[in-house]
Amino acid sequence: MAILELHEVSKNFGGLRAVDRVSFTVDQGEIFGLIGPNGSGKTTTFNLISHVYPASAGKIVFQGRDITPLKTHQICALGVGRTFQVVKPLKRMTVLDNVIASAFLRHPSMKDARQQAEKWLDFCGLTPYAGHLARGLSIASRKRLEITRAMATEPKLLLLDETAAGLNPGELDEAIELILKIRKSGVTIVIVEHIMKVIMSISDRIHCINHGQTIAQGTPQEVARDPKVIEAYLGHGGGH
Amino acid sequence: MLALMLLLPFVVREPYFQHLLILVLLWVTIGTGWNLLAGYTGQVSFGAAGFFGVGAYTAGLLSHHLGISAWWGMALGGVVAMVVAFPFGAITFPLRGAYFALGSLALGEVMRHVATIWESLTEGMVGILIMQTFISKLPYYYIALALAVFSIVLVHQVTRSRLGYYFVSIREDQDAAASIGINTTKYKMISLCMHAFLTGMAGALYMNYMGFIDPHVVFSLHDISIMAILVAIVGGVGTLHGPAVGAFIMVALQEVFRTAGFGGLKALSDAMGGGFMTVVTKYVSQAHVLAFGILVVVVIMNLPNGIVGDWARIKRVFRRG
Repeated sequence: MAILELHEVSKNFGGLRAVDRVSFTVDQGEIFGLIGPNGSGKTTTFNLISHVYPASAGKIVFQGRDITPLKTHQICALGVGRTFQVVKPLKRMTVLDNVIASAFLRHPSMKDARQQAEKWLDFCGLTPYAGHLARGLSIASRKRLEITRAMATEPKLLLLDETAAGLNPGELDEAIELILKIRKSGVTIVIVEHIMKVIMSISDRIHCINHGQTIAQGTPQEVARDPKVIEAYLGHGGGH
Repeated sequence: MLALMLLLPFVVREPYFQHLLILVLLWVTIGTGWNLLAGYTGQVSFGAAGFFGVGAYTAGLLSHHLGISAWWGMALGGVVAMVVAFPFGAITFPLRGAYFALGSLALGEVMRHVATIWESLTEGMVGILIMQTFISKLPYYYIALALAVFSIVLVHQVTRSRLGYYFVSIREDQDAAASIGINTTKYKMISLCMHAFLTGMAGALYMNYMGFIDPHVVFSLHDISIMAILVAIVGGVGTLHGPAVGAFIMVALQEVFRTAGFGGLKALSDAMGGGFMTVVTKYVSQAHVLAFGILVVVVIMNLPNGIVGDWARIKRVFRRG
């Protein structure tokens, strides 16, 4: 069953068409990878789904409901959580307070929100940092905080924007472990990622875009073999 | 602390100093309200005078035109200030960054011009004169104290609730706040309305206490709007007690300059037989705005979190010293 559908979604920035008639369907419970070279429109697509800015054309449907005109906070309330590629921790708040602020969405009382926040810190392995100010965290912990904060809004669909970028190999494995754990808890995941090791190993299906247009879609193996994908990443091979 | 404030007027019997204490308390209220909007919610406003003046005129005009006690106006002053805040917020909050600050700057100035030009309602530059209720300063002192305590308790409660978390989230990062389900426009509006309410109440109390207002006094950019910012910055932006400390310092400082060192400089110049010191005295008494500017630069450079926010740092310096 489809949880998220994009129908011919486009976004123009002035004369630049950053996303060009992209369509895809994400099924309930899967990990859906969105890949493409730098500047291909992956993050823009995320920003369209969570309505950081409006789509120029097309329709975005979440659980059968058209969310294209909804505001960011309304989309979040419906059950779409997200992280940011450039992490946005609430710097002058502690890690715990960051997550409490998120947990308030479903648990308006201070006591419940705090309890939930502690639960999510534990789930994501950030409990040792609960009392630290968010600005003092390492990049790996900041990425993890992004995920924790998104999870505390109790999403049905989680959009992960390059949560593995900048991590060392050990941290990378931990990140993969966390993502799989989140999926196991019943959350559908759309992930944008540059690191092929991550995206190839965890995605059920992959959608590849270049210059804002879809160039391939399928299982990781199919996409990895697709000549158009290879060309987009490596440029024209041979023949010169 | 509260007990001390309750008993203070029995120690400080001089009406002049009681007057200063009342001003301090008014500034505690205004500074605390500004701090909620700017310090906690991150929406820097240059428009405190807009709400202060609206509160003052609400009380003044009710009394002037309808003969209703200006104390009723005090209850209403905060509400009317919120009524002004609402459309203002609706227009400016979808904007980001400096645009809200610029809009708020315009708000105070627009209100000042309205009050100046709309003579049939406001008497324009002539101003509004009403009879004060009390001759003694004590009742005013306690009302101002109640308002100041109310404002601090309000902010204290807010910061420990969901509302406070949402305000601070918006201050730290609006995109992140929206992404965790916070309706940023709505919560900025709530913060603005609280700021407007407190400032409007303070304005109405000012009307009751002083008995006279005109557009230049209550809609003053530097004496109200900038002063509100200074009170919070000097005391500590985003700290609960910062504006209270800042209010005390700023009112004292303003008074030292206005009176040229409580007349000390004048005495000095007389003793020295006029000339040079007379000139100095004259300039010092006019230089309070300049001194405020210098003070802000010094505070921002050395104590970016204000006196309360950087208290640990101040203590360290003195211990070492």
